Amino acid sequence: MRTKLSLFLLAVLMIVVSSVSAQSNVVVRWWHISTNPPEQEFWQVIADEFMAANPNVTIEITVLENEAFKSRLVTVMQSGEAPDLFQSWGGGVLWKFAEAGLLRDISPELDANDGAWRNSFSAQSALALYAQGDATYGVPWTWGAVGMFYNKALFEQAGLDPENPPTTWEEFVAAIEALKEAGITPISLGGKDKWPGHFWWVYFAIRLGGEEAFLKAYNRTGSFADEPFVKAGEYLQSLVEMGAFPENFMGLTYGDQFTLTANAGAAMELMGQWAPSLYENAAPGVLGDNLGWFPFPVMPDGAGNPGDVLGGGDGFAVGKNAPDAAVAFLQYITSVDVQRRAAEIWVIPTVGGAEDVVTDNPVFASIIEARNNAPYFQLYYDQFLPPALGSEVNDAVEVLLAGMATPQETAERIEEMASFELE
Amino acid sequence: MSLANTRNLSEVKVDEATQIRREKRNNAIRKWLTVGIFLLPGMLVFIVFVLSPIAQTAVYSFYDWDGLGPLTNYQEFKNYERLFEHSAFIKSVQNTLVIMVLSLVIQLPIALMIALLVARGQLPGRKFFRAMLFIPYVFSEVITAIIWLYVLHPKDGLVNTVFTSLVPGYQNVAWTSDPNVILYSVFAVLVWKYFGFYMILYMASIQGVPKDLEEAARMDGAGEIGVLRYVTIPLIGPTIRLTIYLSVLGAIQQFVIVQILTTGGGINNSGSVIGTYLYKYGLQRFKLGYGSSIAVVLFLFTFVFSILYQRFVMSRDYQDD
Repeated sequence: MRTKLSLFLLAVLMIVVSSVSAQSNVVVRWWHISTNPPEQEFWQVIADEFMAANPNVTIEITVLENEAFKSRLVTVMQSGEAPDLFQSWGGGVLWKFAEAGLLRDISPELDANDGAWRNSFSAQSALALYAQGDATYGVPWTWGAVGMFYNKALFEQAGLDPENPPTTWEEFVAAIEALKEAGITPISLGGKDKWPGHFWWVYFAIRLGGEEAFLKAYNRTGSFADEPFVKAGEYLQSLVEMGAFPENFMGLTYGDQFTLTANAGAAMELMGQWAPSLYENAAPGVLGDNLGWFPFPVMPDGAGNPGDVLGGGDGFAVGKNAPDAAVAFLQYITSVDVQRRAAEIWVIPTVGGAEDVVTDNPVFASIIEARNNAPYFQLYYDQFLPPALGSEVNDAVEVLLAGMATPQETAERIEEMASFELE
Repeated sequence: MSLANTRNLSEVKVDEATQIRREKRNNAIRKWLTVGIFLLPGMLVFIVFVLSPIAQTAVYSFYDWDGLGPLTNYQEFKNYERLFEHSAFIKSVQNTLVIMVLSLVIQLPIALMIALLVARGQLPGRKFFRAMLFIPYVFSEVITAIIWLYVLHPKDGLVNTVFTSLVPGYQNVAWTSDPNVILYSVFAVLVWKYFGFYMILYMASIQGVPKDLEEAARMDGAGEIGVLRYVTIPLIGPTIRLTIYLSVLGAIQQFVIVQILTTGGGINNSGSVIGTYLYKYGLQRFKLGYGSSIAVVLFLFTFVFSILYQRFVMSRDYQDD
């Protein structure tokens, strides 16, 4: 009897002890998608530094590949268990989580000390994509623009001036023809992952219709079947017919796409700011100084401003049950010091005090210039629009690229979903 | 006196009868109680994890629900109306049926033929073949799909490389994305993965066929084909009926391999099956209400098929036991 009693007391004691230690030890569950080894190592170092400075905090990192992350996040969100910190592009997808009360508002921390943290961001338009109303649910830590990466050596080989890349549609088409004549695949594209293809359609739409056409369609005073969107499809179709993309590109993944560019197998690629880091990792030293960047060409009779930018970046959003330590860690991630170090590896800083690190790299300098000076900055459709509409854009453009739908049908298909999803 | 005695006697008899009946009833109650107590844990698990989720899904299917907040937008049969009008759903059902039919007319006969070869007979090295042919079934579905993604890669895949060196003027085929071939690529991978399982079932069954029956048939002048047609195959009938059942259910439930191989259904859902359709339009797009209506349709189909098949086709096999 006595042994039983003492065993019981011991059990009670253990429960008490473990709950006490659970209070003092905070666990931050952090999901990021930087699978590229140097980037992954960098995040680990940052987490280790934070844990060393705050011994009661344990940061549990889950690294997920982009597509796997998107699928898995959907499932955990539907179970109501948001990670404490997780990758987010902002926009419609994040707002959906916010509406369901799955996120933590971090504006008190952003506004503390006269808004020191909030004002440290130079990319304010990016920060706004993580906010709805007065609440902010995350912050961006790298932000850029989608544009054309190109291989100067291949341009030279095709008799093109590598220092004067095309600026207009006519010049762009001429460059494609010249590259083809030289036996070089003009543009790398992996159609199987859908989103790289959607960049093309959306950029044509931005150049042709500008902010006005998009906002009209988004606010339902216009339509996604309006002329700029149909014409966007026609231009994209003409690129396919020209043979600008690799053989069987609809069967290639994004991995195939950047590997092709990295190994100088194609001259151009429409992609975001993360591309150079992937090129370097896939084929170290192949591109080097031959990598250049130019903005998406200007279209004839386009209503958009030539400086308008499609883009986005990466940020971390904060789950509803996140401890204060998670917010503190997020603050550390976007501190000037960490941003400067991250910029040495792959990040385009969102914090003003760290921008100068990358400006001696001509590619990054032009991306920052495009990002900061854009009169109209459009986040990727598949993140900005509600999930069902965003993925319908991706699907519809995929079918167009495969030559199985006309530009008119593509635009109408998107409009049909828009009329259902946007009220 | 005698009259009183008989009355007494009959009263006693009645009492006895009541008592026996009462005892019987008590026994019955006790028996059912025992059965009930033994059933209870399993029953609870079944109710909590099988029946109630099915009921919940049925309820969700009448709402426009994103899975994140409370159920609010009740909308009657709207989800079902959209579902049956959606061309992608119709395409997915068609694809599922194609895979189902091909499994029955190609996969099972191949498995049976190979089982006949390796179960007995004089094929040299048949133990080796038996092991080799079963290996694909041991791999997990994800690994199978990823291996085949490499094999079928449109540029550097094994299949395209082999054809390029064998066939002059061969144009690379995008096996896992070209809408004209995608479904057949998926089917080929499914056959590769699962026929080993059916082969093992057939083998076990063939080995159970009494040798003397076949000997007797041969003595009566039946050729090898005749022995197969009239002795072996009828005797493994229960196994054949079982594999048909498993194969049909497997085709309806197929998800992992198709999802990975076709990146979620392929161009314009050309390689989509019901499982991937549900995942894409229900879960990924945050349409859990709509997704539930797909699940309900899928459930009803499987349920009705199972009942009918068991009632009319497999019932004989159960009676034999």
